[in-house]
Amino acid sequence: MNATIQHYLDEFEQRRFAQGPLHETRRRALALFEQNGFPGPREENWRYTDVRPLRQRPFTSLGEAPPDPGAAEVDAARFKEMDCIELVFINGVYAAQYSRLAGLPGAVTLENLAAALASEGDLPASQLTRYADDQASMFTALNTAFIGHGVYLNIPRGTVVERPINILYLSKANGQPHAAHPRNLLILNEGAEATLIESYIGLDEADYFTNTVSEVALGAGTVLKHYKIQQESLNACHIGSLNVRQDRDSKLESHSIALGGALARNDIHSRLAAQGAAIDMNGLYMPNGQQHIDNHTRVDHLEPRTFSMENYRGVLNGNSHAVFNGKVVVHPEAQKIEAHQNNANLLLSDHAEIDTKPELEIHADDVKCSHGATVGQLDKDMLFYLRARAIDEDRARSLLTYAFADEVISRIALPPIRGRLEYLVVGQLPDAALIREFTHEH
Amino acid sequence: MLNILDLHVRVDNKAILNGVDLHVRAGEVHAIMGPNGSGKSTLANVLAGRDGYEVSQGSVAFEGEDLLELAPEERACAGIFLAFQYPVEIPGVNNVYLLKAAVNAIRKSRGAAELDAVEFLGLVKQKMKLVRMKEELLNRSVNEGFSGGEKKRNEIFQMAVLEPKLAILDETDSGLDIDALKIVAEGVNSLRNQERAIVLVTHYQRLLDYIKPDRVHVLSNGRIIKSGGPGLALELEQKGYDWIVGTEAA
Repeated sequence: MNATIQHYLDEFEQRRFAQGPLHETRRRALALFEQNGFPGPREENWRYTDVRPLRQRPFTSLGEAPPDPGAAEVDAARFKEMDCIELVFINGVYAAQYSRLAGLPGAVTLENLAAALASEGDLPASQLTRYADDQASMFTALNTAFIGHGVYLNIPRGTVVERPINILYLSKANGQPHAAHPRNLLILNEGAEATLIESYIGLDEADYFTNTVSEVALGAGTVLKHYKIQQESLNACHIGSLNVRQDRDSKLESHSIALGGALARNDIHSRLAAQGAAIDMNGLYMPNGQQHIDNHTRVDHLEPRTFSMENYRGVLNGNSHAVFNGKVVVHPEAQKIEAHQNNANLLLSDHAEIDTKPELEIHADDVKCSHGATVGQLDKDMLFYLRARAIDEDRARSLLTYAFADEVISRIALPPIRGRLEYLVVGQLPDAALIREFTHEH
Repeated sequence: MLNILDLHVRVDNKAILNGVDLHVRAGEVHAIMGPNGSGKSTLANVLAGRDGYEVSQGSVAFEGEDLLELAPEERACAGIFLAFQYPVEIPGVNNVYLLKAAVNAIRKSRGAAELDAVEFLGLVKQKMKLVRMKEELLNRSVNEGFSGGEKKRNEIFQMAVLEPKLAILDETDSGLDIDALKIVAEGVNSLRNQERAIVLVTHYQRLLDYIKPDRVHVLSNGRIIKSGGPGLALELEQKGYDWIVGTEAA
């Protein structure tokens, strides 16, 4: 057996998880992982993403308490101009001292999942693995085996949580390559509404592995605005997934921004399980240097009159590699659905590489579907136009690159999030200082 | 101001301009006319510095300097403005920010102080009236979703703000209805002065009813085959290009 797989099996034993129904779930997941190991290039889902950095080297979630980054570093990660409810995790461990849970509407449950499992037991435990499938990904199975810290959110029927919920996963070096397996369980009951941000931020170029899984149940008529901002360290591996089941007339707006990580993979999978369910996915990835960023999305239209929109953009520089795979499956019963997908890529370097694959699988006949993918360089006519207006070539290039990425960012309705992302995107560009004046005043 | 001597230009190894001579002095308006494919737009693009045009012979001097040595942005800073035949849409780049950057890049290159936001806005407001530009278009992305007429007006608006020494208008009249044409012509006329030269590239005489040129040149097969006063345009209108092109062939 691969030594790394053995490492996780050993670590599982050493963790001595509590007995009970969840423990059975853990054992089953671990057995799956033991049997299948890490995915390889022969699996269609992992064809373009080589996970050797994870297979060849163990990361540990055991050991000492995580280091304290200090208030200043945590504050720098918060949104200054937005009053959020915040849960902070450091190296995957809940940090109560930095979290701010006050002011939550009365009946809403929001806490560390580990605490919820200890105190409320059955309810959260019974929901886990209902939306994320251990069979579908061995990283999910590994995460399930190690379920512990993470976010448990349960919003009762008809409740609107006005303030955004910001979940900060900070990772800091602590001497050895560490692993975190955060699990988030988000349940919005009928008519509930919330905005939730998952931020993954790496500090001091730390070497670690984030293996995160979010499970989301959207009841009838719910509205969830979900943001994932991935800014892991450039030495880190990030594997993450958002797994959703959407009931009648529920709306999910997903924004996924991937900037960090040496190896990063993000999956979104939603099942549109009742009429009127709608998902709108926006994504931006900007790998540079040796980075590898993979985005996989899948939407299952299970019922009639369900809607999906997807708009992902990539800006690739250096020797980076990106993967986009967007799959839409229209099931036989799902008449009168609408599914539109677009993936556009801008290659700034001759050495960058993109594998893009939109996939439509349609088993119904009365549907409206479209998809398209483009890969290109900066538009020559646009460049000339700007230069003919006295903008020098470097600045014109940066400006057009920014404008390309901003097509995704500008869809974000919340100004503090949009502002932070615009700032980050500009920061990723050459000649950032030259184009600050073009970006909106923040 | 502008001296073009024996200019030969090739595109994709095909000769498009075959020895153009043109001399434009400050304060003059020249019209370059000619049938489709005669090389009019090539001439405009070569002057502005677009890629893909190979100058195989001849020279272009602007205020005594070799223009062909300069990058497009350097030409803009030197005072050359091209109003595009097909203004490109640039999603995500704000019209007014672009204009401010352009104004300040040009000022900087001349050693003038950059305009601050208030000064710039004052300038913009004043020039907008000139071409009856709708205010809402200012804060949109460059040309994005503009109608054909709005795009052309935006070009003239930019020209008014940038106050070039030499303006080259590449078929600015094409695709405009008569009202839009009048507005564009008024804008151009208001910018005529003793220091500024204007080169109008056009297929039709119609524009010249509203902007009176000092000189009219007929371009055919990459060469200027006839030059004259404003009367030449009228003659072309009556007799068509065949008359003059035929003369040359004979």
